[in-house]
Amino acid sequence: MDIRVEQASLHWQHHCVFSHLNLDLPDGQWTSILGQSGVGKSSLVQLLCGIADEADIQGQIHCSDGQPLAGRVAWMAQQDLLLPWLSLTDNVLLGARLQQRRTPSAQQQELAQYLLQQVGLGERASALPAQLSGGQRQRVALARTLFQDQPLVCMDEPFSALDAINRLKLQNLAAELLGDRTVLMITHDPLEALRLSDRVLVLQGSPAQLSDPITPAGTAPRPIDDTELLQQQAQLLGLLAEERA
Amino acid sequence: MMTLLRPLIIALGLMLIWQAIVWLTGAPRFILPGPLLVLETLVNQFPLLMKHAGVTLMEILLGLLLGTLLGLASALSLVTWGGLRRWLLPVLVVSQAIPVFALAPVLMLWLGYGMASKVAMATLIIYFPVTAACFDGLRQTPTGYLQLARTLGANRRAQLLQIRLPAALPAFGSGLRVAASVAPIGAVVGEWVGSSTGLGYLMLNANARMQVDLMFAALMVLAVMALGLYFFVNLIARRLTPWLSESTSSATRGDSL
Repeated sequence: MDIRVEQASLHWQHHCVFSHLNLDLPDGQWTSILGQSGVGKSSLVQLLCGIADEADIQGQIHCSDGQPLAGRVAWMAQQDLLLPWLSLTDNVLLGARLQQRRTPSAQQQELAQYLLQQVGLGERASALPAQLSGGQRQRVALARTLFQDQPLVCMDEPFSALDAINRLKLQNLAAELLGDRTVLMITHDPLEALRLSDRVLVLQGSPAQLSDPITPAGTAPRPIDDTELLQQQAQLLGLLAEERA
Repeated sequence: MMTLLRPLIIALGLMLIWQAIVWLTGAPRFILPGPLLVLETLVNQFPLLMKHAGVTLMEILLGLLLGTLLGLASALSLVTWGGLRRWLLPVLVVSQAIPVFALAPVLMLWLGYGMASKVAMATLIIYFPVTAACFDGLRQTPTGYLQLARTLGANRRAQLLQIRLPAALPAFGSGLRVAASVAPIGAVVGEWVGSSTGLGYLMLNANARMQVDLMFAALMVLAVMALGLYFFVNLIARRLTPWLSESTSSATRGDSL
């Protein structure tokens, strides 16, 4: 399902951050948006997820199947947002627990267990989030996002709170598990965007505009020592730094 | 081992200081009886003390139960209905300006000399701290949790029951601890104002008859009861929030007591 955001506009304290913004999210592709803080990236994600209460953001969202997008987006934030009183399994099952008043079905339990295994935490299914490291917690959040099984996955700087090694591992895992889905990822890290995405966009300027997409060659996750990738990273860093100056 | 010994040593130390004051001032036994005399009275009058302590304990527990349930229900309604919040919250705050002690004689008049007026006192005195703690806890749910719940398709009811309520449990625990420590005050003040049973009555009565040793013995029983109640409630509060580890719980909940 292709998704298109049309005529999006965001105002912050009577100041126009962006307007007439159009964004395409082609079916089955991973799209990343790079940009500085305050350029409205997160608000864009919140618009898609239907949780933009504080931001003054408007825009029309069209889905290629003609249905509204509301309720069909899985959201993964910078914080893992695991509920500290629920076990890992129950955190993965959260969507099911919140929607139905009965306990999740055996099938759902099984799926949750399978997903925890996929992210390498199958052994710790009954542990509480407090017993895990930051990287492990974010992996559970990834499993929870996968459990939702929605046509669009929105990720808002999902790996930025992790250390370099964990970030790399989790990027690989995410690329493997989310490879065939429609994904929108917000990030500050050009290398991360280039490793994982089919299309990389830069949101910048005042009012902000989206650049033409950069399409890295090869399949995700791309190796970090790929020369073409590094060239594109330098190019992107240049572009972002230019704006800042 | 030390954790068991420490309270004993503290108790012994306090008794020594007490005895020292008696020796130094030479106070007569009807002004300040020594700890040994009080202990002796405690043993001799044990059945009498227990009879009255039972009544007081019942009042405290009933007050605690009622006050907690009422407080929890009020906090939930305040959070659920915005209109109610705007009208009721100011009333609640104003009601706190009236000292509960000043109400004791009126409660006695309305509810009689029996247990009801004391239970009402204890309920009133803990109602506000419990309501305030629960209300704050329910309001301060991390926004991220609620946003996540919404993307997961949770309705308001599910958000309240499965996200906000569990997230408020630590705050509810704090409210419960405060309640446990002030509920005995309510019950005893109620008994002072007018009653024919209970530790408060016994103390007042013993005082009037110059049986200061009996009064101190009753005070001791009351103190032990209040301490026991606090630790019991503390245990419950911890059971409610098993995900809070020991280290964070003692730092944020003041468990060092």
